[in-house]
Amino acid sequence: MAVLLIGEVTNGELNVDATAKAMTAAKQLGDVTLLCAGASASAAGEAAAKLEGVSKVLVAEDASLGHRLAEPTAALVAGLAGDYSHILAPSTTDAKNVMPRIAALLDVMVLSDVTAVIDADTFERPIYAGNAIQTIKSSDATKVMTIRTSTFDATPEGGSAPVETIGTAENPGLSEWVEDKVAESDRPELTSAGVVVSGGRGVGSEDDFAMIEKLADKLGAAVGASRAAVDSGYAPNDWQVGQTGKVVAPDLYVAVGISGAIQHLAGMKDSKIIVAINKDEEAPIFQVADYGLVADLFTAVPELIEKL
Amino acid sequence: MKVLVPVKRVIDYNVKVRVKADGSGVDLANVKMSMNPFDEIAVEEAIRLKEAGTATEVVAVSIGVKQAQETLRTALAMGADRAILITAADDVHTDIEPLAVAKLLKAVIDAEEPGLVLAGKQAIDNDMNATGQMLSALLGWSQATFASEVKVEGDSAVVTREVDGGLQTIKVKMPAIVTVDLRLNEPRYASLPNIMKAKKKPLEEKTPEDYGVDVAPRLEIVKTAEPEARKAGEMVGSVDDLVAKLKEAGAV
Ligand SMILES: Cc1cc2nc3c(=O)[nH]c(=O)nc-3n(C[C@H](O)[C@H](O)[C@H](O)COP(=O)(O)OP(=O)(O)OC[C@H]3O[C@@H](n4cnc5c(N)ncnc54)[C@H](O)[C@@H]3O)c2cc1C
Ligand SMILES: Nc1ncnc2c1ncn2[C@@H]1O[C@H](COP(=O)(O)O)[C@@H](O)[C@H]1O
Repeated sequence: MAVLLIGEVTNGELNVDATAKAMTAAKQLGDVTLLCAGASASAAGEAAAKLEGVSKVLVAEDASLGHRLAEPTAALVAGLAGDYSHILAPSTTDAKNVMPRIAALLDVMVLSDVTAVIDADTFERPIYAGNAIQTIKSSDATKVMTIRTSTFDATPEGGSAPVETIGTAENPGLSEWVEDKVAESDRPELTSAGVVVSGGRGVGSEDDFAMIEKLADKLGAAVGASRAAVDSGYAPNDWQVGQTGKVVAPDLYVAVGISGAIQHLAGMKDSKIIVAINKDEEAPIFQVADYGLVADLFTAVPELIEKL
Repeated sequence: MKVLVPVKRVIDYNVKVRVKADGSGVDLANVKMSMNPFDEIAVEEAIRLKEAGTATEVVAVSIGVKQAQETLRTALAMGADRAILITAADDVHTDIEPLAVAKLLKAVIDAEEPGLVLAGKQAIDNDMNATGQMLSALLGWSQATFASEVKVEGDSAVVTREVDGGLQTIKVKMPAIVTVDLRLNEPRYASLPNIMKAKKKPLEEKTPEDYGVDVAPRLEIVKTAEPEARKAGEMVGSVDDLVAKLKEAGAV
């Protein structure tokens, strides 16, 4: 079977980690062609060609494909769809934006956040904030799906697939990009980091959140946050971990001042080791923690930073 | 401008979900149901547009079992003007797939001709995050998903979106589909007088046949299982103990 994998391209660069994880799911299904689309995408295409097992890379470059606007990107992929039995992308916000649109253009359902491939038609995905895992079998001619990256290992490099440049579809001109507000950071990216330190409402203020960041830096970690911490303005939106934020599964997850609502657990409970620091011994976060410490975070976190 | 808001009846977000022992699904009998939290935010935004004089009418639509009437009454009590219920299932356990929902919504939109659709970004039961995008494709309209700010300016909308890297602002031509994220607004509670008034607001009842839409599922649910439980952990007495344990486990 022929599989089309949509590479995660941001500002001309391939997000290798997310794409390589989705690649692991894609190659279980057949022969993989990897598409890199963007205002500039040839560098991304070259990076994609190195992933082991990729048969061919398609590069589509056009101003209309910049910033991954949904309408032109979906039109491009829908036009290519006839050649493929499966169309996949890593479950990023870009893919969640565009894949359902592609599916509807093809008159098929979308399978969101697939966590396991059983066979060519059968997949697993979490529902109800991960409180249940559904096994579903699709009867659609083309399977369009997003792949939850936290459950697949990354495909290593080592390939050298041929790269082909293709044309783009007509831009329906329905939307235009205005601006991006992206915070630059030297820290590891949240969804690919080996260690994540997250702060919750218990941290109390934006100023005190610096303590969480300091602990993260000590551990070489990415910083995460609960919804309450983001809503309160302690942390930016792209740090939110959970059912409706990012899903992470690092080797070590440290939750500080987070109660452990199911919506938060949905985004981190597959982490290898979970540490929770909370002053309330009844906090539900302790039910999923490997190591729980009942303590005031304002004394425990500085002490931890010092002793690590 | 008319604003259309699709609202879904889902399990209340506070309820602990239980998977049925026979693996046939999640137990929804005698469970508290509410409006999908994202849809409350969408209703709130629509009402604010009306209060600001940008919108002239707010129409709420729900698709599902007849009990979704309650969800529509909530939307009416919050301030929506009228409601449409499309009864598409008898059993509360039947979930109508986003593609079918989008087809029904398209049929409603063809008749109602709204200038803006405000949907939730995701239903917290099936966690699909798909309906708005699918609807936009079927209509050939613009889409702006995961909105944390919506400004209507003439015949376009400027929408700030919550994305993986931070925030992205785009300008979309109207009519448009906007799906709303958590930080767009804080939905109001309906006051008692408004709950009483809502009982008298128009609620039209329809079926998928009225629109000629086939709602047969494309996905067969083979089984539903509990996720793997985590092994019980341990409590540590001090920061020193924690550091020692983490070193022992090779985590730091
Ligand atoms: C539709 C929907 C989607 C949602 N999506 C998400 C999501 O994606 N991610 C997410 O995180 N949430 C999400 N939520 C919100 C979720 O339900 C919780 O409200 C949220 O996770 C709570 O955040 P918190 O644990 O930081 O705050 P709280 O629940 O207020 O917990 C704060 C904790 O800090 C502790 N604490 C306070 N002071 C100290 C101190 N000095 N020292 C130590 N501990 C202290 C307290 O004991 C408490 O346990 C969603 C909710 C809804 C309705
Ligand atoms: N059965 C339904 N009735 C009304 N609106 C729905 C229904 N299903 C989905 N929606 C809308 O589509 C949004 C996204 O749902 P989903 O794609 O299922 O995650 C919801 O927040 C609602 O606004």
